[in-house]
Amino acid sequence: MFWRSLKERGIEAAIHVCGVSSIALVALIFVFLLKEGFSLFRSVPLNDFLLGRSWYPISDPPRFGILPLILGSCWVTLGAILLAVPLGLGSALFISEVAQGWAKEALKTGIELLAAIPSVVLGFVGITVLAPIIKHVFHLPTGLTALTGSITLAFMAMPTIVSITEDALAAVPRSYREASFALGATQWQTMHRVLLPAARSGIVAAIMLGIGRVIGETMAVMMVTGNSAVIPNTLLRPVRTLTATIAAEMGETVRGDEHYFALFAIGIVLFVISFVINVAADLFLHQERT
Amino acid sequence: MKKRQVVLALGLIFGSGIGCAQAEDLAGSIQIKGSDTMVNLCQAWAEAFMSKHPDVTIAVTGGGSGTGFAALIAGTCDLAASSRKIKPKELTLAQKKGAEPIEEIVALDGLAVVVHPSNPVKQLTLKQLADVFTGRVLNWKELGGQDAGIVLLSREVNSGTHVYFKEHVLDVDASQQEFAPQALLLSSSQAIADEVASNTSAIGYYGMGYLNPKNATVAVAKSEGDPYVLPNEATVQSGEYPISRPLFLYARTEQQGLIKAFLDFAKSPDGEQIVRSTDFVPVVHTNP
Repeated sequence: MFWRSLKERGIEAAIHVCGVSSIALVALIFVFLLKEGFSLFRSVPLNDFLLGRSWYPISDPPRFGILPLILGSCWVTLGAILLAVPLGLGSALFISEVAQGWAKEALKTGIELLAAIPSVVLGFVGITVLAPIIKHVFHLPTGLTALTGSITLAFMAMPTIVSITEDALAAVPRSYREASFALGATQWQTMHRVLLPAARSGIVAAIMLGIGRVIGETMAVMMVTGNSAVIPNTLLRPVRTLTATIAAEMGETVRGDEHYFALFAIGIVLFVISFVINVAADLFLHQERT
Repeated sequence: MKKRQVVLALGLIFGSGIGCAQAEDLAGSIQIKGSDTMVNLCQAWAEAFMSKHPDVTIAVTGGGSGTGFAALIAGTCDLAASSRKIKPKELTLAQKKGAEPIEEIVALDGLAVVVHPSNPVKQLTLKQLADVFTGRVLNWKELGGQDAGIVLLSREVNSGTHVYFKEHVLDVDASQQEFAPQALLLSSSQAIADEVASNTSAIGYYGMGYLNPKNATVAVAKSEGDPYVLPNEATVQSGEYPISRPLFLYARTEQQGLIKAFLDFAKSPDGEQIVRSTDFVPVVHTNP
């Protein structure tokens, strides 16, 4: 009896440590990010950083304006979401409401497999297959554009959107469907008038998490978007994203250098963006439960 | 008496043998980090050196010249490979951390400017190159080519090639020019070679080692009136080709032991043969 309670307590303590340590880790990372990132603002005003139009980190004097990078990330994300949301919702509706038997299982496995493809592989496919097609179709000087990045990332956001949406649809009570059919609604009417509104909060959360996935993605984007720090006015131009900038330049920087701090400051911006997105997704998910 | 002599002789033989082994056999490991341009070269040196001295292990990693210096300063590598000189800022940082970087020129490299083979523009002056890469000239028509926008290909800012090109081509009149913001920054020289091969209006640059039949080399002249020169061993060694650069290895402090042996090997005739076989140019003064 004594041993048993001791064992219980030991396990409890271990789990407690695990739970607390993950929060502590996040907090420590955040503190480190803030400490390194804010050092930049001793020499570069916040306004020049966020709204500056030129990113020349290694020139003398260096210029750290990340507006083109923020807009680059926004364009790529916007394009990816415009592509991934309709596709994802469609697939989720099909899988959860229409497909039967083995087709349903095969599709579910397929979508999960899509999530398992490493991003560098998708990037490679993007650069060798997609970029030449885009260049040819739109008669562009180069195929490495925001659109190429958007399409590549749409494939990465889709699995997230599909599986969460599908869960949300599955959680809609069976009686809703039956009531709708009993009133003489067709399957499509049921889906878009009853199921989608009923699963709305889950779907919004799915989209938010999809956006989070896209905006934080680095490798594929770095490979296919061309990385030029211009302020983009169309999806058919090369762009440079926040994540690709950190990944491409961190090797160059020396600890304690302005450039090093600037990359951390970009990290803060990314952190804030994904934090906002996650909180929004969380709010929607909770709304569903209450 | 006889027995003693034998023992003495044996002792001498073994003793000298051991003595020899100590002088000859190097053991230990070297970490080389830095320039992507030099990865193949350093790797070839390392392999040849390791097959001569089986007890030595040499690890070579790329990442860019800046990466190499960052590692040298942090003390996580023994030699930094670099395609540019150390910056004053990096030197002061290194000294702060107790290092006295020693510089060694180990090879030369011509930066080739390349276009698609179908592009009629095959010779440019440095001034024209600067105009193209800073975005003052936007169409091939202005250089005597077809009517098509110029697609600029550059390396990422962590590349020594990027820095060298910026300092020696764009800043040709010391005017602090920048790469045009619309230039595509690609993450490797191979990516530039591939893009140039498939894009008829692209122009890019990389180390001579990446020259291939799918890219056409542009002959470069110092200024108008000077002869247009193609990069090759003779023109790079003589300095006739205007965009060529030395390649460096930096040691953390005064070299000794293993690291000195490796640097000596790199500059030996065997080492030079390796320089040639990896498409770089040996340094002139030690050329036989």
